[in-house]
Amino acid sequence: MADKILNKIYVKVWRQNSPKAKGRFETYTVENVSQGTSFLEMIDILNDQLILGGKDPIAFDNDCREGICGMCSLYVNGHAHGPDTMATTCQLHMRKFNEGQTITVEPWRVGAFPVIKDLMVDRTAFEKIQQAGGFVSVNTGGVPDGNAIPILQDDAEEAMDAAACIGCGACAATCKNSSAMLFLAAKVSQFAKLPQGQVEAKRRAKAMVAKMDELGFGGCTNTGACELACPKSISIAHIARLNREYLKAKIAD
Amino acid sequence: MSNFLSASIGRKVFMSLTGLFLISFLLIHLTLNLFLIFDDSGNLFNQAAHFMATNPMIRIVEPILALGFIIHIIWSGWITLENMKARPQGYASGDKLLKWWEPSKNMFILGGMIFIFLVLHILNFWVKMKITGDPLLDQANGTGEEMHNAYALVSNLFINNPLYDIIYMIGGIFVGLHITHGFWSAFQTIGLSNINWMKRLKFVANLIGFVFAIGFSSIPLYFLIKF
Ligand code: HEM
Ligand code: FES
Repeated sequence: MADKILNKIYVKVWRQNSPKAKGRFETYTVENVSQGTSFLEMIDILNDQLILGGKDPIAFDNDCREGICGMCSLYVNGHAHGPDTMATTCQLHMRKFNEGQTITVEPWRVGAFPVIKDLMVDRTAFEKIQQAGGFVSVNTGGVPDGNAIPILQDDAEEAMDAAACIGCGACAATCKNSSAMLFLAAKVSQFAKLPQGQVEAKRRAKAMVAKMDELGFGGCTNTGACELACPKSISIAHIARLNREYLKAKIAD
Repeated sequence: MSNFLSASIGRKVFMSLTGLFLISFLLIHLTLNLFLIFDDSGNLFNQAAHFMATNPMIRIVEPILALGFIIHIIWSGWITLENMKARPQGYASGDKLLKWWEPSKNMFILGGMIFIFLVLHILNFWVKMKITGDPLLDQANGTGEEMHNAYALVSNLFINNPLYDIIYMIGGIFVGLHITHGFWSAFQTIGLSNINWMKRLKFVANLIGFVFAIGFSSIPLYFLIKF
């Protein structure tokens, strides 16, 4: 079945020249877009148009365009990653939009993710949280046998579910408190469920939460918006585990 | 420890524990209040009020309860402010994921309404019972026993002031809504939840919220209709 063509859509985009500059919305018209086009391809088309017209193209982050790198941080029409479920912006297609519709595209609005230019934000804050404790320390040497330590299938599954986090930031972007708790919860859970993660469990939870607070993310109020926005459907049950790990570590102090 | 008090999760633990404590208080409060509609002579309610006013255990719990409210309210303002600061600029296209009325998005507003109601409620009854006194409290209660006629004070307000009936009904509904989120959220905050228990806790939260909303608002409604 051939895809329908949208004769005309309006794209209202946040334009901001530099981190310090005052930004504003600009509305552009895009014509003859196939509904089979991906959302990012539509922006590519718009950018070609801007370049031909001698204007500055819209800056936006993207890399893999297949939902695994977590770069494509766009807030589209009131939804992080747009109005599709379990999808990143690069997996969003124009069939989610209608003829004549105005599509509002904004960068993540999180204090800890400052805008670099237009729709690009600086997500270094997530790296910093990860560096604070999201790892297991291993000695170099021979590769250990993957099956040397038996692990329950359910635990392995849950750890893998948590490890599906691609660090895109949609959780913090959608949370009304700009909280990074789902991200932390995923990173803490993926280790908490495995024996290798136990050794540094106490340090990990404390260090990562302290870093999150220091960087200016908000706190969790359990609205559950993050779980709905997460392209990998990571459950807020992991947040309960993070809270548990954190409180256990604090009580032991 | 000091950084626990100011850490995001630490702050929330205070909300959780005080919140659960307030819920257990409300459970007792509602049970006793329901005597108002199950005994029109007022005897049952007066006995209960008398017991609460004189029992030494209750006298000890009263200041703790006040402290619970104060911590819950001050902390709620604190976390709400900190959380607002984390997003200096909002979205022009808003938030289409959660509906505007979801209790989880409106806990501070619901709490604020409950607070206003609480002040009014304390002025209506507690101040009169404990401090200023009221001629209605001294009315003979029909049993010959020496005690406040709290039933006269309460029923008089509800029978003669439809406006108060409505305010109290709305107060009950807001408390119920606050708890539909608050109850399960409190367990989540202290880590006592997982995939399975979250479903059960949410169910219980809705149940308690519903019972509180219906229970508390049924009392003024009863007086509004019956008398
Ligand atoms: C009878 C009165 C009240 C009860 C039973 C109650 C109960 C609760 C419970 C159980 C929680 C959940 C704690 C958590 O998620 O960890 C909560 C949260 C909260 N309450 Fe209350 N509360 C009451 C009154 C108030 C008042 C008077 C205010 C404000 C002025 C307030 C504001 C809040 C706020 C802002 C939250 C945090 C919401 C969130 O994290 O999502 N509450 N309350
Ligand atoms: S561009 Fe890699 S996830 Fe979207």
